[in-house]
Amino acid sequence: MIAGQRDQGFARVVETTGAWLLAILWIAPLAYAVWTAFHPGEYSTRFDLTAPLTLENFRNAWAAAPFARYFLNTFVLVTMILAAQFVIGTLAAFAFARYEFAGRDLAFFLVLMQLMVMPDVLIVENYRTMTQLGIVDSIPAIGLPYMASAFGIFLLRQTFKTIPRELDEAARVEGASMLQVLLRVYVPLARPVYVAYGLVSVSYHWNNFLWPLIVTNSVESRPLTVGLQVFSSSDQGIDWSIITAATLMTSGPLLVAFLIFQRQFVQSFMRAGIR
Amino acid sequence: MTRLHANVHGWLLLLPAVALLALFTHYPALATLWSSFHSTPKGARPAVWVGLDNYRQMVEDPIFWQVVANNAWFALGTIPLSIGLAMVMAIWVNNKLRGQAFLRIAYFTPTVLPMIAVANIWLFFYTPQYGLLEQFTGLFGLPSHNWLGSRDTALAAVIVVTLWKEAGFFMIFYLAALQGLSPALGEAAAIEGAGRWYYFRRVTFPLLMPTTLFVLVNAVINAFRMVDHIVVMTRGGPDNASALLLFHIYEVGFRFWDSAYAAAMTMVLLALLALFAIVQFVVLEKRIHYQ
Repeated sequence: MIAGQRDQGFARVVETTGAWLLAILWIAPLAYAVWTAFHPGEYSTRFDLTAPLTLENFRNAWAAAPFARYFLNTFVLVTMILAAQFVIGTLAAFAFARYEFAGRDLAFFLVLMQLMVMPDVLIVENYRTMTQLGIVDSIPAIGLPYMASAFGIFLLRQTFKTIPRELDEAARVEGASMLQVLLRVYVPLARPVYVAYGLVSVSYHWNNFLWPLIVTNSVESRPLTVGLQVFSSSDQGIDWSIITAATLMTSGPLLVAFLIFQRQFVQSFMRAGIR
Repeated sequence: MTRLHANVHGWLLLLPAVALLALFTHYPALATLWSSFHSTPKGARPAVWVGLDNYRQMVEDPIFWQVVANNAWFALGTIPLSIGLAMVMAIWVNNKLRGQAFLRIAYFTPTVLPMIAVANIWLFFYTPQYGLLEQFTGLFGLPSHNWLGSRDTALAAVIVVTLWKEAGFFMIFYLAALQGLSPALGEAAAIEGAGRWYYFRRVTFPLLMPTTLFVLVNAVINAFRMVDHIVVMTRGGPDNASALLLFHIYEVGFRFWDSAYAAAMTMVLLALLALFAIVQFVVLEKRIHYQ
């Protein structure tokens, strides 16, 4: 028994060491990027604990490309998509959860189709559609394919279905319309799911790249990810300090939000399952 | 509420979602199928019916097969390893080792970063001569190597980046599953004198199986739709050595503007994704039965 415990103790030390080695390995590329971004260019590849800290790289990156505009574009894009997803998803989920109507199952199946026929893949035809609509190179063109989200509708429908019908019948008896019932009973009770889904959606669209790259070609509509790519591949030679600073700057808000709301983030990703 | 009312209300509530899905999911999927049987319209020349010509071109195109093979290797290289790593990470974080909070942050942070930022960081990391990797291998006197610029290592280098980004994301699902396991199981095993490895092999691993299946399907789908890092790091090069299917579709569609050929390849990708989705439905059915 005592020998067993000693073995357990030894195993624990080995495990702790392994866990720490992996963690250090995992954080190293990021730590390296942070080092480079906060030190003058000549230290970008040389480690010296006495190297002076500087914000010069961030200042240079900020001045070298219209990042303020990119931030604004991403902010508008993410907000627009999230608002549309909430409204459209809530209405559709409520219909699926609480109405009996002809063709409901077929409609639900057609909605779920989007889980496998993803907008990420239909780039060629969606680009053609945007051209025909005359909205190529605009922020709505980036957002439109994602505004009706099968995943969001499914998630909200599952949540609405768990809410006891007695609650909305009680509200109905008091003379509330169905819309009032939805807004006063269902939406407040589903709040944690909205938060979870919101975090997942914001981080997905903040990070999305390929479709925005295809459908935008001007500063006025480009989101941060595309702006960063344009900046680091053409505007700049290979000044790694500045590129790294720009990289950290563009992921900064999300990273800071994550560090502050770590628990909520992790729980949201767990709750929301797939993105 | 009358039946008519229910019908009208139901469909009205559904209308915005249905309209958008029809316009940006169902229509483009059908249009892709339609385009794949036509030629690419060029200038004044409209698209004409060409039957299976695009598919024939595809079957005879060595680049297409190379890209499919690359994607298969990419999937094989990323999926088992990221799942294994995710499981190990989750067990370590769950075991309340010293510095648990740091471990969780270290493992999960890459997941929050945009893939485009991750790719930039790793591009620097891999840079010949200057990059951290070169400096490290240089310590051991190894010769300089252009990891992203050589045919033999470009795909592997991209796989490593994907592992780094994805393992922490999958860890979350294992962590959730582990926290759902009864602590009594571990206590019972300890009393019986079961070793940690034995306990993992005979108790934890089988109980995590439903999570593993769920993560597996998601990992497979990601392996076929994630190409941001390819755009930044290698542009599919050198000589298509690191081009993945969706990246190739992007190149054919938007650099060579051959939309008909791109449509035919999109159909292949859609067929693959549909296959995985069907597997997922079956798997999810199973998952419910487990509980």
